[in-house]
Amino acid sequence: MTKFFFPLILFIVLAVFLAIGLTRDPRAVPSPLIDKPAPAFALPLLSDPGQRFDSKEMRGQVWLLNAWASWCSPCRAEHPLFVKLSRSGVVPIYGLNYKDEREKALKWLRDLGDPYVATVSDTDGRLAIDYGLYGVPETFVIDRNGVIRYKHTGPITEEALQDKILPLVKELQK
Amino acid sequence: MTVVPEIGQFALILALLMAATQCALPLIGAARGRQTWMELGSSAAQAQFFFVAVAFFCLAYSFITNDFSVLNVASNSNSLLPMNYRFAATWGSHEGSLVLWSLMLALWTVAVTLFSSRLPLEVRARVLGVMGFISVGFLLFMLTTSNPFVRLIPAAVEGKDLNPLLQDPGMIIHPPMLYMGYVGFSVAFAFAVAALIGGRLDATWARWSRPWTLAAWCFLTVGIALGSAWAYYELGWGGWWFWDPVENASFVPWLVGTALIHSLAVSEKRGSFKSWTVLLAISAFSLSLLGTFLVRSGVLTSVHAFATDPKRGVYLLSFLVVVIGGSLALYAWRARRVGLGGKFDLVSRESFLLSNNVLLVVAAASVLLGTLYPIFIDALGLGKLSVGPPYFNAVFVPLTALIAFMMGLGPVARWKRQSLPELAVRLRWAFAASVATALLLPFVIGEWKFKVSLGLLMATWIGTTVVLNLWRRIRVASSEQSIVKRFTSQSRSYYGMELAHMGVAVCIVGVTLVTGYEERQDVRMNVGDTATMAGYVLRFNGVKQVTGPNYTAVRGEVEMSRNGEFVRVMNPEKRSYTTTTESMTEPDIERRFTGDLYVQLGEPVSGGAWSMNIFYKPFVTWIWGGAALMALGGLLALTDRRYRVFGREPRRAAASQADEVKAAPERATATIEES
Repeated sequence: MTKFFFPLILFIVLAVFLAIGLTRDPRAVPSPLIDKPAPAFALPLLSDPGQRFDSKEMRGQVWLLNAWASWCSPCRAEHPLFVKLSRSGVVPIYGLNYKDEREKALKWLRDLGDPYVATVSDTDGRLAIDYGLYGVPETFVIDRNGVIRYKHTGPITEEALQDKILPLVKELQK
Repeated sequence: MTVVPEIGQFALILALLMAATQCALPLIGAARGRQTWMELGSSAAQAQFFFVAVAFFCLAYSFITNDFSVLNVASNSNSLLPMNYRFAATWGSHEGSLVLWSLMLALWTVAVTLFSSRLPLEVRARVLGVMGFISVGFLLFMLTTSNPFVRLIPAAVEGKDLNPLLQDPGMIIHPPMLYMGYVGFSVAFAFAVAALIGGRLDATWARWSRPWTLAAWCFLTVGIALGSAWAYYELGWGGWWFWDPVENASFVPWLVGTALIHSLAVSEKRGSFKSWTVLLAISAFSLSLLGTFLVRSGVLTSVHAFATDPKRGVYLLSFLVVVIGGSLALYAWRARRVGLGGKFDLVSRESFLLSNNVLLVVAAASVLLGTLYPIFIDALGLGKLSVGPPYFNAVFVPLTALIAFMMGLGPVARWKRQSLPELAVRLRWAFAASVATALLLPFVIGEWKFKVSLGLLMATWIGTTVVLNLWRRIRVASSEQSIVKRFTSQSRSYYGMELAHMGVAVCIVGVTLVTGYEERQDVRMNVGDTATMAGYVLRFNGVKQVTGPNYTAVRGEVEMSRNGEFVRVMNPEKRSYTTTTESMTEPDIERRFTGDLYVQLGEPVSGGAWSMNIFYKPFVTWIWGGAALMALGGLLALTDRRYRVFGREPRRAAASQADEVKAAPERATATIEES
């Protein structure tokens, strides 16, 4: 009658995962794409699907690519930091709108502010696969040569911004 | 500075001691057969309730009197905050909500001591002991990691104010309801664990657990619906469900609780699925605990999440392991002795109920998986992320369709054995009507869409089978009876069941139509401009500044008319809270039976013009109306004669009914099914 043990075993496995989950300081996990060229893309703009944004235009600049979606609550949490960062003008931020509905995404930007120089629509999530996205939000730091230098998984925090991302951006902009 | 917080603190410590007594003495007494020890459980539980209540009111007093020398008050309230929200702020923080949690648990425990006089002393002692253990866990958690009465010396001059999102009537009623539901499952849990310890799991066990489970389920249904209704107007973008981890944390126990009330019915009436029912009873509460852990430990990100602290997570996880792991180990050890119970054929009411049970559990498991997926990925070192509605909708819609189909079959089918052709004949008109409605109605409403059609198919199928079933029962009732008598001779639990099922149908209609035919316009409006939406004409008359108790706001004035007749002035607002400097949009909603007009003030554009978001949400109220019907159905079933505690000779009535069911289950059901 081992079947009565299944629930217990299942729970133990779950508890182990939860325990590991507790020890994780989330965010900032290395990605296989670090120090590799950022996959090039040319996708329609969220604001005007008739136009496309080509990532090649960004050569020679350090920029941030932030993947987000209107249905994603962690994105909502990190958003004010991007709005603040965009006002400071330190580094241009581009948005990658992941598997979203255009209307909802536009409304999201209207309600919460639009920190992005431009946002591209990745409606079917294909670009997300190229960038190895586990989900949203994720943020990439891309250097002048179009190489991914850093990836932040999960909502960005003030510390991550001050301690990791901004120093790295300054370093790369030198 | 008053001494009230210290009294509260002291009351919490006394409550902990009482809970420890309530846990240890009855359990030991039951094991050793000491009657006096077992009897102590009730008094200890009542004393525990008293002290938790004292602590709760001390905290509430500190909030109401703006005692900013209490850290919790200083961080979550403000002297400008209106009185009702100051009171609600008592449970607005992590610490305060734990006090509410404990208060609810103590309340349920006291209810058990009051309404369980007919339980054997041993069973009652074990139930109270298990509930005492849970109380100890939470009181200890509070006192060691999350003390709500910590002083702030010197006192703050002013408080930081309650999160504006929480400054809403929803905050006053939603958390207490939700917690009543969550915590209420602890009673069914305690009954299950007590039965496993005692080694006796029979139909009486199921009958004792049923009303408690049903009551908890009603509260949880109302709690979830209130949360959804609140999100609809307060989160400001008119959605009513976001698959947010915290919503899921309440929805998963609800799904399992729903499975549990059905499974308990079978265990009571037919003696079948007993080990499965016990497992569900353990799971429903375990999932409530898991939800608590997820929300408070910081392993997930959510709009709801409380400020987190690793110590809390470790404590809660350990507690989870002890309670859930312990009860599941007990289950693994004892469940084999439970036995299999009544046999039934592949096609029978039992098997339909069992399949629905499995479907509900699968639905719960997939929602849980989606919620925990980020944790798994993180634990495997792959990152931290959010699984969005695309996943949840993709798995949930097909499962709901299957569940709805089974819901139509179950109540109509016979216990034990059902002939399939007979069932088909009986339901052919319901099926035909549902298919016809599903195919044609969308054309009438507007555009034909597959999802709308599917949703309408589910809803009409449930609705028509409910009506059919009632009609059949009335028709077969003894023919000498007057028609009124035939209606009144059906039991309340039967009506409750049908009402709740109708609620599901109503809810599905709401979800389907609002998802399928929602309209929105984002317009830029100058003073004097008009916009038209769903037959309403909206005229923008400009904005004015208004001042609230703790905020300032821009209030739009929108004149609404329909067919040339003035209806009313709508006042959507954009508020800016003084202390937190957060801004909130407060939409104005014209609620109608067939749809809501939802008007929201956007941003000022230029020269007095404003951007405005206007939604038309057809049948959206039906979502919560359906939930209300479900809860009402549960309530109605709860008032059924056989659960009545203070009725005439409850003991004998219950016992004779049990005997009857045991002695001649065929006969008992035959009177209902045939004539």
